[in-house]
Amino acid sequence: MSRSALLVLADGRFPAGGHAHSGGAEAAVAAGRITDAASLEDFCRGRLHTTGLVSAALAASAALGADPAELDAAADARTPSPALRTAARRLGRQLLRAARATWPSDELDGLARRFPKGAHQPVVLGLTARAAGLGPADAAHCAVHESVSGPATATVRLLGLDPFDATAVSARLAPEADRVVERAVDAARRVAGEGVDALPAASAPLLEILAEAHAGWSVRLFAS
Amino acid sequence: MRTAGVRALARIHARADGRGGTCLPVLDGDGPLAPRRTRGSGGEAHVVLVGAMSGPLGGDHLTVRADVEPGARLRVGSAAATIALPGRHPGGARQDVTLTVADGGELHWLPEQLICAQGSDLTVTTRADLAPGARLVLREEQILGRAAEQPGRLLSRLTVRIGGRTVLDQELACGPGATGGWDGPAVLAGRRAVGQLVLVGPEFEVRPVGAGPLGEDAAVLPLAGPAVLVSAVATDALRLRRLLDEAQDRLAAPSV
Amino acid sequence: MHLDHAPAHHGPAAVSADVTRPDGARRALRIGLGGPVGSGKTATVAALCRALRDEVSLAVVTNDIYTREDAEFLRREAVLPPERITAVETGACPHTAIRDDISANLEAVEDLEDGVGPLDLILVESGGDNLTATFSKGLVDAQIFVIDVAGGDDIPRKGGPGVTTADLLVVNKTDLAPYVGADLGRMAADARTQRAHLPVVFQSLRDGAGVRDVAGWVRERLTAWTA
Repeated sequence: MSRSALLVLADGRFPAGGHAHSGGAEAAVAAGRITDAASLEDFCRGRLHTTGLVSAALAASAALGADPAELDAAADARTPSPALRTAARRLGRQLLRAARATWPSDELDGLARRFPKGAHQPVVLGLTARAAGLGPADAAHCAVHESVSGPATATVRLLGLDPFDATAVSARLAPEADRVVERAVDAARRVAGEGVDALPAASAPLLEILAEAHAGWSVRLFAS
Repeated sequence: MRTAGVRALARIHARADGRGGTCLPVLDGDGPLAPRRTRGSGGEAHVVLVGAMSGPLGGDHLTVRADVEPGARLRVGSAAATIALPGRHPGGARQDVTLTVADGGELHWLPEQLICAQGSDLTVTTRADLAPGARLVLREEQILGRAAEQPGRLLSRLTVRIGGRTVLDQELACGPGATGGWDGPAVLAGRRAVGQLVLVGPEFEVRPVGAGPLGEDAAVLPLAGPAVLVSAVATDALRLRRLLDEAQDRLAAPSV
Repeated sequence: MHLDHAPAHHGPAAVSADVTRPDGARRALRIGLGGPVGSGKTATVAALCRALRDEVSLAVVTNDIYTREDAEFLRREAVLPPERITAVETGACPHTAIRDDISANLEAVEDLEDGVGPLDLILVESGGDNLTATFSKGLVDAQIFVIDVAGGDDIPRKGGPGVTTADLLVVNKTDLAPYVGADLGRMAADARTQRAHLPVVFQSLRDGAGVRDVAGWVRERLTAWTA
């Protein structure tokens, strides 16, 4: 693995559309559930162990070479909210565009042909990691990092939260994030033998419920 | 207090009787699980699961299996809420529910709430395998703790397959020892009642249901297949049931 | 680097600035319109649509800050059929969406070409931002920067990437100049200093001055693009 390639992919400025998504933070702020750094941390911790874990396992699995179509269907089954499925595919499509330009590969071209309107973002992330010469743990690290940093940076814009406080939230969650990566990679390694049922399915009811309300807002800063 | 963990199995098998009704060639259970046939309506057989003992306790492993054959119609409820309690045996308690519905069969799986009492540790799996032309109404409600007590630990996984394809796979972990943030703003935000209502039927392919919120704490979520999930959280069991009942009425109306 | 790729090898979606569509056809010319809040970008887009819609097949992408207001204004004004107007959500950062991370805009452009194409021209409007917001060359082939006299007649003198490098500078709302004490002559002289030979149009959508010049400039670009 190349740490430098990993940093390129994990960089929040990697142009793959993430900046327009809050990971549910906008709806949670509006509901009065994120008000400060402490509640942001609680929010991010919950997201890390649910969506973050599932995304990381999907990404690690894709990086290990599991069938993207099966992983994409597994992602659908683990994402009951249509608004979140749409957002995940949109982000997947945007990431795929950036990835194909950054690390051209036949595998990524094949994915684009198979999913012209986008596959779930974690699946694309895993294949992007492969194209960049990275491994399953790298892909999982990127996924869990996004699951926390997305809402954290969005909250800076939404609440005017001190950016140092928001970054400290991500840093405090880092040890937990490492453990989530381990779980995700363990599960991903079982997919070859047991199929996609081996992937975790941890869910966050309020993320799903609020995502549907958020999708109906006429005035909002973030796409999801 | 029991001294050894209980292994128990309940089985229900529903078959079309050829005269527009449904018969139950298999209806048995042991230990704390006792399925009883009650008066049905129309062509539908009704079964109530009666908990002969309180449970599940730590160390128990309960298995429930219901199979609905082509054209048969079965409705299963329970006599009272299930209360998960702490036990003397390590490793927690386990309850596995496996449901299959064949083409043209219909299953209404509507048990009462699962209450996770303080100190309990329960793992629940519910798995429904449906043929493409099968219909299902499934409700699950998890209540975290009895009134004014801390919740027990619960790990609950719900999987729905239609024609071999998984359309819903979701796991909820909560209570002490669950992964972090379970009670925080992304997951339950202090709510103590969580519920899922799953509706499956070919009609959802023809006439998809629109997604959208149902108030602040529930949403109608059409799945990637001929199925809909209503996901809800609430402060207590009563409010949760009301939310799910309203959703069920709303979703059932256009399909008949 | 991707200009040279054979599309057949590279699958369905263009990566960014490729000049051909996956089927080998030439894609639409993409012109960006940027500028500060309230300078009249959306109104200029509307005027361009009215001027050009009978000659060319066109569509619009808007980048709103936190609503779909610009797109809705254009739909309400019926300058184009609604399916030809797409709003991109920018997460409160329109300049990011048009410059640093153009993926959502490229997707919108592609979907328009797939959905209502073939298209000759796509106008990409930026959300009202500041004087530094410019479009990426990966997204647009040319850009128009719209400022207005009410924003201060010293804007051309102050410069900034939009004013100095845009392919066309539009100084809008010239009809307001007498009311806000703006010196149009000075603005023209400052713009010339900042922009060397790059063109400037003084426009008033109220009395129609300059509207034809802006449309004419777009036509020239289209001619060059399809040549």
